[in-house]
Amino acid sequence: MTTGVVHPGHLPESLAGLPEHSPDSPLSIHAMTVAYQRKPVLWDVDYDAPARSLVAIVGPNGAGKSTLIKAALGLVPRATGLVEFWGEPFKRVRDRVAYVPQRESVDWTFPVSALDVVCMGRYRRVGWCRPVGRAHRDAAMACLERVGLVDLARRQISQLSGGQQQRVFLARALAQEADLYIMDEPFAGVDAATERAIVELLAELRDAGKTALVVHHDLQTVPQYFDQALLLNMRVVAAGAIDEVFTQHNLQKTYGGKLTLLSEAAEAIARSDLRVR
Amino acid sequence: MMLSPALDLFPLLAAILAAVCCALLGNFLVLRRISLMGDAMSHSVLPGLVIAFLITGSRSAPVMFVGAALAGIATVVLVELIKRLGRVEPGAAMGVVFSVLFALGVLLIERAARNTELDADCVLHGQLESLVWDGPSSWSALGLSEVIQAAPPSIWTLVITCVLAILLVVVLFKELRLAAFDPAFGTSQGFSATALHYVLMVFVAGATVAAFEAVGSILVIAMLIVPASIARLLTDRLASQIMVSVVAAIAAAVSGYIGSFAIPDALGVTEVNAAGSMTVVLGLILVAAAALGPRYGVLASIVRRGRMARRIALDNLLASVFRAEERGRSVSAAVRSSTLARARRRGFVKPDAVELTETGRAAAAAVVRRHRMWESYLVDEAGLAQDHVHAPAEQLEHLMDTTPNESTGRDPHGRPIPGTSSD
Repeated sequence: MTTGVVHPGHLPESLAGLPEHSPDSPLSIHAMTVAYQRKPVLWDVDYDAPARSLVAIVGPNGAGKSTLIKAALGLVPRATGLVEFWGEPFKRVRDRVAYVPQRESVDWTFPVSALDVVCMGRYRRVGWCRPVGRAHRDAAMACLERVGLVDLARRQISQLSGGQQQRVFLARALAQEADLYIMDEPFAGVDAATERAIVELLAELRDAGKTALVVHHDLQTVPQYFDQALLLNMRVVAAGAIDEVFTQHNLQKTYGGKLTLLSEAAEAIARSDLRVR
Repeated sequence: MMLSPALDLFPLLAAILAAVCCALLGNFLVLRRISLMGDAMSHSVLPGLVIAFLITGSRSAPVMFVGAALAGIATVVLVELIKRLGRVEPGAAMGVVFSVLFALGVLLIERAARNTELDADCVLHGQLESLVWDGPSSWSALGLSEVIQAAPPSIWTLVITCVLAILLVVVLFKELRLAAFDPAFGTSQGFSATALHYVLMVFVAGATVAAFEAVGSILVIAMLIVPASIARLLTDRLASQIMVSVVAAIAAAVSGYIGSFAIPDALGVTEVNAAGSMTVVLGLILVAAAALGPRYGVLASIVRRGRMARRIALDNLLASVFRAEERGRSVSAAVRSSTLARARRRGFVKPDAVELTETGRAAAAAVVRRHRMWESYLVDEAGLAQDHVHAPAEQLEHLMDTTPNESTGRDPHGRPIPGTSSD
């Protein structure tokens, strides 16, 4: 296990033996280390997401699942590492990446309608300083239809149930017409109908040749809903096809017992005056 | 009360313009839950103004705006820095930054800029009343060009600021809304929430400077926060919220201004500070909105609860008559007579006895059905103990329109569920 310390001008040992990352991969992460308040929460992540697959990101609380997503999208700073989407930096491919944040990350009493929120998925196409036109509204409406919320389009979002709010977020992602969907706990706290709707959507996305990376909490349904898994606990424990990596042994390594030494190392770095590298 | 134009037009106009530009921008502060930032800005621009004055020796509007904008940016940067380094909540960071910067401004005025026109007192309280225009007292004697020439320069500053604020909110409406609602998503889409935050803060700093010379920082803070808070209680769309906030701000400015001399006049005391009375009016409007607002108002919720209580009383009356009849007993029960009268008026109970009519029985059966279906659901599916389910079912029968689908035809206590096969 390397510690993610990258010396200037050198590749970490873990990367040295790896083949070139494929430009096909919707998301490839090289040697990414992320720290909050100078305390490392993700160590030396190397990961290539295979194209046209549904990937579950799995791990205990505090494993850095959301951090992985946010750091990959540049929403939190990376201490080290390189992230590429189809072999390009994120800035060049924003159009092709849809991000669904955790539902609790926004204020659902905000004065907007469900349709307004879904239209936000079209803003990049609309561009700066221009109003959302008829065609884009219709496209947003069609996405609401796909998640079964067309009747509630004009409702203020606080009047929707938790599951309906999650579906509004999904509709917004659909409205982006992206190729890669990155979702942070879309299944958290939703009703059975919404869970079914999300599963169907994921299947539709895969059939349409898209890729989805989904932070998921319910281990039982992972093999049923997904075909790939990324097991995470401060570092990548295992990644690959479900039947290869979703083993008792790997789950034990991910969930069983804290990786005390790594946590202690993180604390020590946070206390020290050294830069996180 | 006659408004004499010479005395009143410009102060009132200044107040309205200040109100409009502050209210517009304030909507985004309130929605982003950084209302304190308005307070912070209105104080922390002071050292920026003093330093700009010390460097250039000028108090012209452009110089003041540059000083204010830089101070505004410095405030945002310092707040972020203190949040990170001090590991404190945003409110504490803002409080530290603005109080220290304001104090720095006061010290600078006392030490370096003494005997100049800069005055910390004016910053706090404003000088609406000092915007007196001493031209001819009759409008009819004037052409438009004379009026324009005679207007005090701070009016022009306010007009320009107001136009810019309107432009900002119109042109960047969707971007500001996105950044306020979901900054992470917006940033991922290339609409940087950080950049938009700085743009908004520079505008707030500018509006603060333009406004407080005329109306004082207390009214600036109030105009940034209160109209948006009022509108938040009355609307549920951002566009209408912004409109309502502007209307509330103008209403407060006008009525506060008139009130500041009309009311003391009527009471025979000396006039009060106009900015102060506008702020009080804003507070009163907020109280009224909180009390009378259609959705979130106290009155509306009292009415809603009353309506609900009456419906529950009626449901309970019908259900208890239904249960009594089910057991072959008649009802002598002490039911609230007003509820009984209402049940009779609506034709649920016969006029001469406490017996259900045809429609009454159907309605009562529906209530009892919901109750018993919930009881059996709570026992069979949720696994609650048999003697624990009456109370929750009693609530759910009134609250839920839907009922659990599965039904064995009998409730956990062996009584038939109306409307199912065994009934």
